[in-house]
Amino acid sequence: MSPENEQPAVVLDESSQLTLRELCIACSLSAEQVMALMEEGVIEPYRAAGPMMFSGICVRRVRRVVRLERDLGVNHAGAALALELLEEIEQLRARVRRLERR
Amino acid sequence: MEYRDYYQILGVERSAPQDEIKRAYRKLARKYHPDVSKEDNAEDRFKEVNEAYEVLKDPEKRAAYDQLGSNWNSGQDFKPPPDWDQGFEFHGGGYTEADPEAFSDFFESLFGRGGFTQGGFHRGRRQFHAHGQNTYARIAIDIEDSYTGRKRQITLKHSELGADGRPVVKERKLNVTIPKGVTEGQQIRLAGQGEPGMGEGKPGDLFLEIVFNRHTRFSTEGKTVYLDLPVAPWEAALGGKVPVRTPDGLVNLTLPANSKSGSKLRLKGRGLPAKVPGDLYVVVDVVTPPANTDAERAAYTAFRDAFTFDPRADSGHA
Repeated sequence: MSPENEQPAVVLDESSQLTLRELCIACSLSAEQVMALMEEGVIEPYRAAGPMMFSGICVRRVRRVVRLERDLGVNHAGAALALELLEEIEQLRARVRRLERR
Repeated sequence: MEYRDYYQILGVERSAPQDEIKRAYRKLARKYHPDVSKEDNAEDRFKEVNEAYEVLKDPEKRAAYDQLGSNWNSGQDFKPPPDWDQGFEFHGGGYTEADPEAFSDFFESLFGRGGFTQGGFHRGRRQFHAHGQNTYARIAIDIEDSYTGRKRQITLKHSELGADGRPVVKERKLNVTIPKGVTEGQQIRLAGQGEPGMGEGKPGDLFLEIVFNRHTRFSTEGKTVYLDLPVAPWEAALGGKVPVRTPDGLVNLTLPANSKSGSKLRLKGRGLPAKVPGDLYVVVDVVTPPANTDAERAAYTAFRDAFTFDPRADSGHA
Protein backbone atom coordinates (compact mmCIF):
# COMPACT_ATOMS: atom_id res chain seq x y z
CA MET A 1 0.00 0.00 0.00
CA SER A 2 1.39 3.42 -0.89
CA PRO A 3 1.83 5.88 1.95
CA GLU A 4 -1.17 8.03 2.57
CA ASN A 5 -1.06 11.77 2.37
CA GLU A 6 0.78 13.57 5.04
CA GLN A 7 -0.85 13.48 8.43
CA PRO A 8 -1.05 16.51 10.68
CA ALA A 9 0.12 15.65 14.18
CA VAL A 10 -0.89 17.38 17.38
CA VAL A 11 1.48 17.43 20.33
CA LEU A 12 -0.03 16.63 23.71
CA ASP A 13 2.11 18.58 26.15
CA GLU A 14 1.80 20.75 29.22
CA SER A 15 0.08 23.49 27.26
CA SER A 16 -2.66 21.34 25.70
CA GLN A 17 -5.90 21.31 27.65
CA LEU A 18 -8.25 18.36 27.55
CA THR A 19 -11.74 18.06 29.00
CA LEU A 20 -12.56 14.92 30.98
CA ARG A 21 -14.36 13.61 27.92
CA GLU A 22 -11.39 14.27 25.64
CA LEU A 23 -9.03 12.65 28.11
CA CYS A 24 -11.27 9.56 28.33
CA ILE A 25 -11.37 9.25 24.55
CA ALA A 26 -7.62 9.76 24.24
CA CYS A 27 -6.93 7.07 26.85
CA SER A 28 -9.71 4.67 25.75
CA LEU A 29 -11.13 4.61 29.27
CA SER A 30 -14.51 5.33 30.83
CA ALA A 31 -15.04 8.44 32.96
CA GLU A 32 -15.28 6.21 36.06
CA GLN A 33 -11.90 4.66 35.32
CA VAL A 34 -10.29 8.07 34.78
CA MET A 35 -11.88 9.44 37.96
CA ALA A 36 -10.50 6.47 39.90
CA LEU A 37 -6.99 7.35 38.70
CA MET A 38 -7.61 10.95 39.69
CA GLU A 39 -8.51 9.85 43.21
CA GLU A 40 -5.28 7.89 43.32
CA GLY A 41 -3.36 11.05 42.39
CA VAL A 42 -2.07 9.72 39.08
CA ILE A 43 -3.49 12.78 37.33
CA GLU A 44 -4.66 16.14 38.57
CA PRO A 45 -7.07 18.55 36.88
CA TYR A 46 -6.01 22.17 36.42
CA ARG A 47 -8.69 23.62 38.64
CA ALA A 48 -11.32 22.25 40.97
CA ALA A 49 -14.03 24.80 40.17
CA GLY A 50 -15.74 24.85 36.78
CA PRO A 51 -15.28 22.09 34.24
CA MET A 52 -12.20 19.99 34.89
CA MET A 53 -9.35 20.45 32.43
CA PHE A 54 -6.34 18.16 32.12
CA SER A 55 -2.87 18.71 30.71
CA GLY A 56 -1.70 16.72 27.70
CA ILE A 57 0.90 14.87 29.76
CA CYS A 58 -1.94 13.14 31.62
CA VAL A 59 -2.46 10.93 28.57
CA ARG A 60 1.00 9.43 28.93
CA ARG A 61 0.64 8.91 32.69
CA VAL A 62 -2.75 7.24 32.36
CA ARG A 63 -1.65 4.99 29.50
CA ARG A 64 1.41 3.92 31.45
CA VAL A 65 -0.66 3.08 34.50
CA VAL A 66 -3.09 1.10 32.32
CA ARG A 67 -0.21 -0.89 30.83
CA LEU A 68 1.38 -1.55 34.22
CA GLU A 69 -1.91 -2.75 35.68
CA ARG A 70 -2.71 -4.93 32.70
CA ASP A 71 0.74 -6.46 32.32
CA LEU A 72 2.03 -6.71 35.87
CA GLY A 73 -1.12 -7.39 37.82
CA VAL A 74 -0.68 -4.40 40.16
CA ASN A 75 -3.60 -2.32 41.46
CA HIS A 76 -4.12 1.45 41.13
CA ALA A 77 -2.00 2.27 44.16
CA GLY A 78 0.84 0.01 43.07
CA ALA A 79 0.81 1.37 39.53
CA ALA A 80 0.75 4.94 40.83
CA LEU A 81 3.78 4.23 42.99
CA ALA A 82 5.59 2.53 40.09
CA LEU A 83 4.81 5.51 37.88
CA GLU A 84 6.37 7.96 40.29
CA LEU A 85 9.45 5.81 40.82
CA LEU A 86 9.82 5.33 37.07
CA GLU A 87 9.69 9.06 36.45
CA GLU A 88 12.36 9.59 39.07
CA ILE A 89 14.51 6.80 37.62
CA GLU A 90 14.22 8.36 34.18
CA GLN A 91 15.58 11.65 35.45
CA LEU A 92 18.39 9.88 37.28
CA ARG A 93 19.30 7.78 34.25
CA ALA A 94 19.43 10.90 32.08
CA ARG A 95 21.74 12.52 34.59
CA VAL A 96 23.95 9.43 34.84
CA ARG A 97 24.23 9.27 31.06
CA ARG A 98 25.30 12.90 31.01
CA LEU A 99 27.90 12.41 33.70
CA GLU A 100 29.24 9.17 32.25
CA ARG A 101 30.02 10.78 28.94
CA ARG A 102 32.73 12.90 30.51
CA MET B 1 7.24 -20.75 10.55
CA GLU B 2 9.37 -21.39 13.59
CA TYR B 3 8.33 -23.47 16.54
CA ARG B 4 8.28 -21.58 19.85
CA ASP B 5 9.11 -23.28 23.10
CA TYR B 6 6.84 -21.45 25.54
CA TYR B 7 8.20 -23.34 28.54
CA GLN B 8 11.75 -22.36 27.68
CA ILE B 9 10.71 -18.73 27.21
CA LEU B 10 9.27 -18.64 30.73
CA GLY B 11 12.14 -20.77 32.08
CA VAL B 12 9.94 -23.45 33.62
CA GLU B 13 9.70 -27.24 33.31
CA ARG B 14 6.97 -28.71 31.13
CA SER B 15 5.51 -30.21 34.28
CA ALA B 16 5.39 -26.87 36.13
CA PRO B 17 2.14 -26.24 38.05
CA GLN B 18 0.02 -23.20 37.12
CA ASP B 19 1.12 -21.13 40.10
CA GLU B 20 4.76 -21.57 39.17
CA ILE B 21 4.03 -20.48 35.60
CA LYS B 22 2.31 -17.39 36.91
CA ARG B 23 5.21 -16.61 39.22
CA ALA B 24 7.75 -17.02 36.40
CA TYR B 25 5.65 -14.83 34.13
CA ARG B 26 5.24 -12.02 36.66
CA LYS B 27 8.95 -11.98 37.33
CA LEU B 28 9.86 -11.76 33.65
CA ALA B 29 7.09 -9.26 32.95
CA ARG B 30 8.51 -6.95 35.61
CA LYS B 31 12.00 -7.40 34.20
CA TYR B 32 11.16 -6.77 30.56
CA HIS B 33 8.14 -4.48 30.72
CA PRO B 34 8.87 -1.71 28.19
CA ASP B 35 7.81 0.92 30.71
CA VAL B 36 10.14 -0.41 33.36
CA SER B 37 13.08 -2.10 31.69
CA LYS B 38 16.30 -0.53 30.52
CA GLU B 39 17.40 -3.58 28.52
CA ASP B 40 17.77 -2.90 24.80
CA ASN B 41 15.64 -5.78 23.57
CA ALA B 42 13.05 -5.42 26.33
CA GLU B 43 10.10 -4.87 24.04
CA ASP B 44 10.70 -8.02 21.98
CA ARG B 45 11.38 -10.14 25.04
CA PHE B 46 8.26 -8.80 26.71
CA LYS B 47 6.11 -9.75 23.72
CA GLU B 48 7.60 -13.24 23.70
CA VAL B 49 6.97 -13.69 27.42
CA ASN B 50 3.40 -12.45 27.06
CA GLU B 51 2.69 -14.79 24.21
CA ALA B 52 4.06 -17.75 26.16
CA TYR B 53 1.92 -16.85 29.16
CA GLU B 54 -1.17 -16.31 27.01
CA VAL B 55 -0.94 -20.00 26.08
CA LEU B 56 0.36 -21.56 29.29
CA LYS B 57 -1.94 -19.70 31.70
CA ASP B 58 -4.99 -21.19 30.03
CA PRO B 59 -5.32 -24.94 30.81
CA GLU B 60 -7.19 -25.51 27.55
CA LYS B 61 -4.59 -23.84 25.36
CA ARG B 62 -1.78 -25.36 27.38
CA ALA B 63 -3.17 -28.87 26.87
CA ALA B 64 -3.55 -28.25 23.14
CA TYR B 65 -0.01 -26.89 22.94
CA ASP B 66 1.37 -29.81 24.99
CA GLN B 67 -0.04 -32.39 22.62
CA LEU B 68 2.16 -31.01 19.82
CA GLY B 69 4.77 -33.03 21.70
CA SER B 70 8.00 -32.18 23.44
CA ASN B 71 10.47 -33.09 20.71
CA TRP B 72 10.32 -29.70 19.05
CA ASN B 73 13.19 -27.27 19.46
CA SER B 74 12.82 -23.53 19.58
CA GLY B 75 13.28 -22.06 16.11
CA GLN B 76 12.73 -25.39 14.35
CA ASP B 77 10.62 -25.21 11.18
CA PHE B 78 7.04 -25.90 12.15
CA LYS B 79 3.71 -26.53 10.50
CA PRO B 80 0.66 -27.31 12.64
CA PRO B 81 -0.64 -30.83 11.97
CA PRO B 82 -4.09 -30.83 10.32
CA ASP B 83 -6.92 -30.78 12.84
CA TRP B 84 -4.37 -30.63 15.61
CA ASP B 85 -6.81 -28.81 17.88
CA GLN B 86 -9.77 -31.08 17.34
CA GLY B 87 -11.55 -31.80 20.53
CA PHE B 88 -10.30 -28.63 22.14
CA GLU B 89 -12.60 -25.79 22.74
CA PHE B 90 -11.15 -22.39 23.43
CA HIS B 91 -13.61 -20.68 25.66
CA GLY B 92 -11.53 -17.59 26.16
CA GLY B 93 -11.17 -16.94 22.47
CA GLY B 94 -7.77 -16.95 20.86
CA TYR B 95 -6.73 -13.73 22.48
CA THR B 96 -7.83 -12.46 25.80
CA GLU B 97 -6.96 -8.93 26.83
CA ALA B 98 -3.48 -9.12 25.32
CA ASP B 99 -2.46 -7.19 22.23
CA PRO B 100 -2.97 -9.51 19.24
CA GLU B 101 -0.63 -7.64 16.92
CA ALA B 102 2.25 -8.48 19.20
CA PHE B 103 1.95 -12.23 18.71
CA SER B 104 4.00 -14.42 16.40
CA ASP B 105 2.89 -16.31 13.30
CA PHE B 106 3.36 -19.45 15.34
CA PHE B 107 0.74 -18.34 17.88
CA GLU B 108 -1.48 -17.07 15.10
CA SER B 109 -1.48 -20.44 13.31
CA LEU B 110 -2.40 -22.30 16.49
CA PHE B 111 -4.83 -20.03 18.30
CA GLY B 112 -5.65 -17.23 15.90
CA ARG B 113 -8.95 -18.56 14.68
CA GLY B 114 -10.85 -18.30 17.93
CA GLY B 115 -9.98 -14.67 18.21
CA PHE B 116 -12.86 -12.55 17.22
CA THR B 117 -15.83 -14.48 18.52
CA GLN B 118 -16.32 -12.21 21.49
CA GLY B 119 -18.75 -9.34 21.28
CA GLY B 120 -20.81 -10.81 18.49
CA PHE B 121 -21.10 -8.84 15.31
CA HIS B 122 -24.55 -8.14 14.01
CA ARG B 123 -24.23 -8.29 10.31
CA GLY B 124 -26.90 -7.86 7.71
CA ARG B 125 -30.16 -6.15 8.39
CA ARG B 126 -29.17 -4.17 11.41
CA GLN B 127 -26.17 -1.97 10.96
CA PHE B 128 -23.77 -1.65 13.79
CA HIS B 129 -21.97 1.62 14.42
CA ALA B 130 -19.03 2.02 16.71
CA HIS B 131 -16.01 4.25 17.09
CA GLY B 132 -12.78 2.63 16.03
CA GLN B 133 -10.23 1.86 18.71
CA ASN B 134 -7.32 4.17 19.40
CA THR B 135 -3.91 2.83 18.49
CA TYR B 136 -0.83 3.46 20.63
CA ALA B 137 2.74 3.12 19.39
CA ARG B 138 6.23 4.42 20.02
CA ILE B 139 8.45 6.23 17.57
CA ALA B 140 12.22 6.78 17.93
CA ILE B 141 13.63 9.99 16.48
CA ASP B 142 16.89 11.93 16.69
CA ILE B 143 17.18 15.01 18.89
CA GLU B 144 17.96 17.04 15.77
CA ASP B 145 14.56 16.02 14.33
CA SER B 146 12.84 17.91 17.11
CA TYR B 147 14.73 21.10 16.24
CA THR B 148 13.60 21.11 12.64
CA GLY B 149 10.44 19.02 12.66
CA ARG B 150 10.79 16.14 10.26
CA LYS B 151 8.82 13.89 7.97
CA ARG B 152 8.96 10.27 8.89
CA GLN B 153 7.36 7.21 7.40
CA ILE B 154 6.09 4.71 9.92
CA THR B 155 4.70 1.23 9.48
CA LEU B 156 1.78 0.17 11.63
CA LYS B 157 0.30 -3.27 12.03
CA HIS B 158 -3.35 -3.77 12.66
CA SER B 159 -5.79 -6.63 12.40
CA GLU B 160 -8.83 -6.73 10.18
CA LEU B 161 -11.45 -9.37 9.71
CA GLY B 162 -10.70 -11.33 6.53
CA ALA B 163 -13.34 -12.66 4.14
CA ASP B 164 -13.53 -15.90 6.12
CA GLY B 165 -14.14 -14.06 9.38
CA ARG B 166 -10.63 -14.71 10.71
CA PRO B 167 -8.43 -11.81 11.73
CA VAL B 168 -5.67 -10.90 9.31
CA VAL B 169 -2.75 -8.73 10.36
CA LYS B 170 -2.19 -5.97 7.83
CA GLU B 171 0.52 -3.36 7.49
CA ARG B 172 -0.10 0.26 6.81
CA LYS B 173 2.40 2.97 5.99
CA LEU B 174 1.86 6.49 7.14
CA ASN B 175 3.74 9.73 6.53
CA VAL B 176 4.00 11.68 9.74
CA THR B 177 5.47 15.11 10.26
CA ILE B 178 7.14 15.14 13.64
CA PRO B 179 6.18 18.52 15.08
CA LYS B 180 8.97 20.92 16.00
CA GLY B 181 9.91 20.94 19.66
CA VAL B 182 8.65 17.53 20.77
CA THR B 183 10.33 16.24 23.90
CA GLU B 184 11.07 12.74 25.07
CA GLY B 185 8.04 10.91 26.42
CA GLN B 186 5.57 13.28 24.80
CA GLN B 187 2.57 11.94 22.96
CA ILE B 188 1.51 13.15 19.56
CA ARG B 189 -1.96 12.51 18.25
CA LEU B 190 -2.97 11.83 14.67
CA ALA B 191 -6.72 12.22 14.42
CA GLY B 192 -8.56 9.45 12.61
CA GLN B 193 -5.47 7.27 12.10
CA GLY B 194 -6.38 4.59 14.65
CA GLU B 195 -8.47 1.55 13.84
CA PRO B 196 -11.38 2.00 11.44
CA GLY B 197 -14.83 2.37 12.95
CA MET B 198 -17.70 0.04 12.20
CA GLY B 199 -20.66 1.16 10.14
CA GLU B 200 -20.68 4.92 10.20
CA GLY B 201 -18.57 5.08 13.35
CA LYS B 202 -15.54 7.33 13.16
CA PRO B 203 -12.06 5.82 13.15
CA GLY B 204 -10.01 6.00 16.33
CA ASP B 205 -6.92 8.16 16.79
CA LEU B 206 -3.29 7.16 16.61
CA PHE B 207 -1.08 8.15 19.57
CA LEU B 208 2.67 8.08 19.13
CA GLU B 209 5.01 8.30 22.10
CA ILE B 210 8.28 10.07 21.29
CA VAL B 211 11.55 8.40 22.26
CA PHE B 212 14.93 9.97 21.41
CA ASN B 213 17.70 7.85 19.96
CA ARG B 214 20.78 7.95 22.19
CA HIS B 215 23.29 10.50 21.01
CA THR B 216 26.99 10.49 21.86
CA ARG B 217 27.18 14.25 22.50
CA PHE B 218 23.67 15.52 23.22
CA SER B 219 21.12 14.65 25.85
CA THR B 220 17.89 16.27 26.97
CA GLU B 221 15.80 16.89 30.04
CA GLY B 222 12.48 18.19 28.85
CA LYS B 223 13.27 21.11 26.56
CA THR B 224 16.73 21.61 28.03
CA VAL B 225 19.54 20.22 25.92
CA TYR B 226 23.02 19.35 27.21
CA LEU B 227 26.02 19.19 24.96
CA ASP B 228 29.55 18.07 25.84
CA LEU B 229 32.36 20.29 24.60
CA PRO B 230 35.87 18.82 24.74
CA VAL B 231 38.51 21.56 25.17
CA ALA B 232 42.31 21.54 25.50
CA PRO B 233 43.79 22.63 28.88
CA TRP B 234 45.14 25.86 27.33
CA GLU B 235 41.73 26.69 25.85
CA ALA B 236 40.14 26.17 29.25
CA ALA B 237 42.75 28.31 31.00
CA LEU B 238 43.11 31.14 28.51
CA GLY B 239 39.55 31.23 27.23
CA GLY B 240 38.63 32.35 23.71
CA LYS B 241 36.38 31.52 20.80
CA VAL B 242 35.56 27.86 20.27
CA PRO B 243 33.38 26.54 17.43
CA VAL B 244 30.54 24.38 18.74
CA ARG B 245 28.36 22.11 16.60
CA THR B 246 24.95 22.43 18.27
CA PRO B 247 21.90 20.44 17.08
CA ASP B 248 20.82 23.79 15.63
CA GLY B 249 23.99 24.50 13.65
CA LEU B 250 27.46 25.92 14.22
CA VAL B 251 27.91 28.47 17.01
CA ASN B 252 31.05 30.42 17.89
CA LEU B 253 31.14 30.16 21.65
CA THR B 254 33.17 32.44 23.88
CA LEU B 255 34.83 30.27 26.47
CA PRO B 256 35.63 32.27 29.63
CA ALA B 257 39.18 32.09 30.97
CA ASN B 258 39.78 29.49 33.71
CA SER B 259 36.85 27.28 32.75
CA LYS B 260 36.75 23.98 34.59
CA SER B 261 35.65 20.52 33.59
CA GLY B 262 31.94 20.28 34.30
CA SER B 263 31.23 24.01 34.17
CA LYS B 264 28.11 24.82 32.20
CA LEU B 265 27.73 27.61 29.71
CA ARG B 266 24.16 28.55 28.97
CA LEU B 267 23.00 29.43 25.48
CA LYS B 268 19.60 30.90 26.17
CA GLY B 269 16.80 29.68 23.95
CA ARG B 270 18.99 27.29 21.92
CA GLY B 271 17.39 24.19 23.46
CA LEU B 272 14.34 22.52 21.94
CA PRO B 273 12.09 25.03 20.18
CA ALA B 274 8.79 26.13 21.74
CA LYS B 275 6.90 29.32 22.54
CA VAL B 276 9.40 29.61 25.37
CA PRO B 277 12.26 27.58 23.93
CA GLY B 278 14.50 25.53 26.17
CA ASP B 279 18.09 26.44 26.92
CA LEU B 280 21.20 24.73 25.65
CA TYR B 281 23.92 24.00 28.18
CA VAL B 282 27.43 23.46 26.89
CA VAL B 283 29.28 21.34 29.43
CA VAL B 284 33.04 21.88 29.39
CA ASP B 285 35.16 18.75 29.31
CA VAL B 286 38.89 19.44 29.66
CA VAL B 287 40.87 16.79 27.80
CA THR B 288 44.59 16.45 28.53
CA PRO B 289 46.83 15.37 25.67
CA PRO B 290 49.29 12.50 26.34
CA ALA B 291 53.00 13.31 26.43
CA ASN B 292 54.61 11.00 23.89
CA THR B 293 57.48 12.90 22.26
CA ASP B 294 60.46 14.63 23.90
CA ALA B 295 59.02 18.02 22.92
CA GLU B 296 55.70 17.17 24.55
CA ARG B 297 57.37 15.93 27.74
CA ALA B 298 59.45 19.12 27.81
CA ALA B 299 56.28 21.18 27.49
CA TYR B 300 54.69 19.39 30.45
CA THR B 301 57.87 19.88 32.47
CA ALA B 302 57.87 23.62 31.75
CA PHE B 303 54.18 23.61 32.64
CA ARG B 304 54.94 22.01 36.01
CA ASP B 305 57.80 24.40 36.76
CA ALA B 306 55.70 27.46 35.97
CA PHE B 307 53.07 26.62 38.61
CA THR B 308 52.89 26.17 42.31
CA PHE B 309 49.80 24.02 42.00
CA ASP B 310 48.75 21.12 44.22
CA PRO B 311 45.57 19.45 42.94
CA ARG B 312 45.37 17.45 46.20
CA ALA B 313 45.81 20.40 48.54
CA ASP B 314 42.33 20.14 50.08
CA SER B 315 41.72 16.44 49.80
CA GLY B 316 43.81 15.15 52.68
CA HIS B 317 46.23 13.16 50.53
CA ALA B 318 49.86 13.41 51.50
